[in-house]
Amino acid sequence: MQLALFIIFGGLALVGALNLLFQRHPIHSALSLVVVMMSLAVLYWSLGAEFLAAAQVIVYSGAIMVLFVFVIMLLNAGKEERTRGSRAAYAVGFPGAAAIFCLLSFVFLSERGALMTSNIGGDLSNAVDNIAQVSAMLFTRQLLPFEVTSVLILVAILGAVVLARKEQ
Amino acid sequence: MTHLTNFELFLLLSALKVAVVLVITLLGVAYTVLLERKLLARIQNRWGPCRVGPFGLLQPLVDGAKSFLKEDMNPLAVERPLFILAPILALGCALISVAVVPFGAVTRVDGVDLFQIANVNIGLLVILGITSIGVYGIALSGWSSNNKYSLLGSLRSTAQVVSYELALGLSLVGVVLRAQSLNLRTIVSSQSAHGALSWNIFGGFQTVAFFIYLMAAYAETNRAPFDLPEAENELVAGYHTEYSSMKFAMFFMAEYANMITVSCVATLLFLGGASSPFGHIFDGFLRTPVLNAIFPVCWFVAKVFAFLALYIWVRGTLPRFRYDQLMSFGWKFLLPLAMANIIVTSFVLAMRG
Amino acid sequence: MVPTTYNLVPTAYYLILAAMLFSIGIAAFLIKRNVITIFISIELMLNAVNLTFVAFAHMWHQVSGQIFVFFVMVVAAAEAAVGLAIILSIFRTRETLNVDEIDLMKS
Repeated sequence: MQLALFIIFGGLALVGALNLLFQRHPIHSALSLVVVMMSLAVLYWSLGAEFLAAAQVIVYSGAIMVLFVFVIMLLNAGKEERTRGSRAAYAVGFPGAAAIFCLLSFVFLSERGALMTSNIGGDLSNAVDNIAQVSAMLFTRQLLPFEVTSVLILVAILGAVVLARKEQ
Repeated sequence: MTHLTNFELFLLLSALKVAVVLVITLLGVAYTVLLERKLLARIQNRWGPCRVGPFGLLQPLVDGAKSFLKEDMNPLAVERPLFILAPILALGCALISVAVVPFGAVTRVDGVDLFQIANVNIGLLVILGITSIGVYGIALSGWSSNNKYSLLGSLRSTAQVVSYELALGLSLVGVVLRAQSLNLRTIVSSQSAHGALSWNIFGGFQTVAFFIYLMAAYAETNRAPFDLPEAENELVAGYHTEYSSMKFAMFFMAEYANMITVSCVATLLFLGGASSPFGHIFDGFLRTPVLNAIFPVCWFVAKVFAFLALYIWVRGTLPRFRYDQLMSFGWKFLLPLAMANIIVTSFVLAMRG
Repeated sequence: MVPTTYNLVPTAYYLILAAMLFSIGIAAFLIKRNVITIFISIELMLNAVNLTFVAFAHMWHQVSGQIFVFFVMVVAAAEAAVGLAIILSIFRTRETLNVDEIDLMKS
């Protein structure tokens, strides 16, 4: 079950990410990212993080990406044209990304001894209440960071309003 | 019956439940349209559809056949894949959220709950999430149509839905605090002690939350008086200007399916779900298990129906908001009110417990 | 219900998937010329990192990783709001979204 979920939704996430990379129109990229986020939400769920799965759907795909799509529609952004800068970026981008991928997978594979021994089994059916755990942690030990994030969001709202307002 | 393993039986019953619930929801959608036309007609002192069948009862079938048979036009300038994806997204999201709604008392047959497709730990969050994905249907339809009225409609709709989602989500926090769970079954059973007196809207003192939810939900489903995205005298038909035939019908069905979902959620969270308003007084009369299973479903349907009637009544009564009024109403009135409700509820709960 | 052998996925698989997503995000970040798409690829990288956090949280049976993901989400939301507002105001003054043409500081 877990393996099937991982193959299907991991594959979907990968296809979405590649589509993000190769689409030229920003709205297509944004929608591919929504696909990635939804499949990651399913993976989170299969990893026993129910609350994060729901938060991923509600906050990321339901609010942040809607905001992106909204701005793309508002600015009527078209296909991006190829410039000299983009050709240079192609020359740097693919090798750089490939190098980083090789580095990361090298680290993971060399640490296989520590990782491979632990398999991830499904907590799907008999999960302990994930939300209770998360909220207990969030409102006791992590209370200060939690409160600080609310201030951060307030600041972000004010900043967004000030930045996006038309000057009189 | 041959030897079925537990798992096969589970799969079979689940598929059956999905099929039955889907058919019933789609029928409900069709007849909600008829109900709306009839009620609106009575409010405006006319007859409404009355020619097809007795009291116009066959009208939804004829309407469905009509939209199937119409020519499916694809304008040249549209962005083809997204243009087709948008109505599918809208209708799909509207229908999926019914999957977690428990519409009857717990009735187990071979360990499978008959009156709920999926009993999810975070049912309420699932419904909120799916609703928030539904925005894409509207946003993409407007953008891919390549039409300024559609684009304006979908911009309005996106902004409106995202703004009212906040008030909607916050209004439900009080209920969750009282039930101490996000599981819809637990939320329902937390209100079933004394019938109507322990429903969240009366005995739970979530009346304010209920009205916030009501207004935010009307805005979420783009219904009057918040139907700015499809305001016909400003924007032709808003985001579905370019759609015809079945694609238009899908948007239409999505709107009504959303209404039904919203009514279901309101019933579950504030009106005690499938529990009887008289509490356990009449339990003695329902001796047989079959009656015990059927009566709660009837209560649930009656409550949802009352909600739909309220929806239509509001549409027939109130004029449309202006856009700035809509935004300031959502951000400056509903949102602070919802927050105040959370603070008061949690304060009272903390004092009590 | 389902045989338990299918129930196990090595943690390394999740990490490799996250690494793939992260490097695709980097490639998109370097290649794309549109500000909004660049922003989108940053979100992709954040998501890839979140996946490793959740996988590790599950591996060690701790919720700390999930808490971290929660904070990442909150910060990402704040970042998206401010970033999109900046993009809006850039578009208002420069009439373009191409990063090659946004060079006010250079000339």
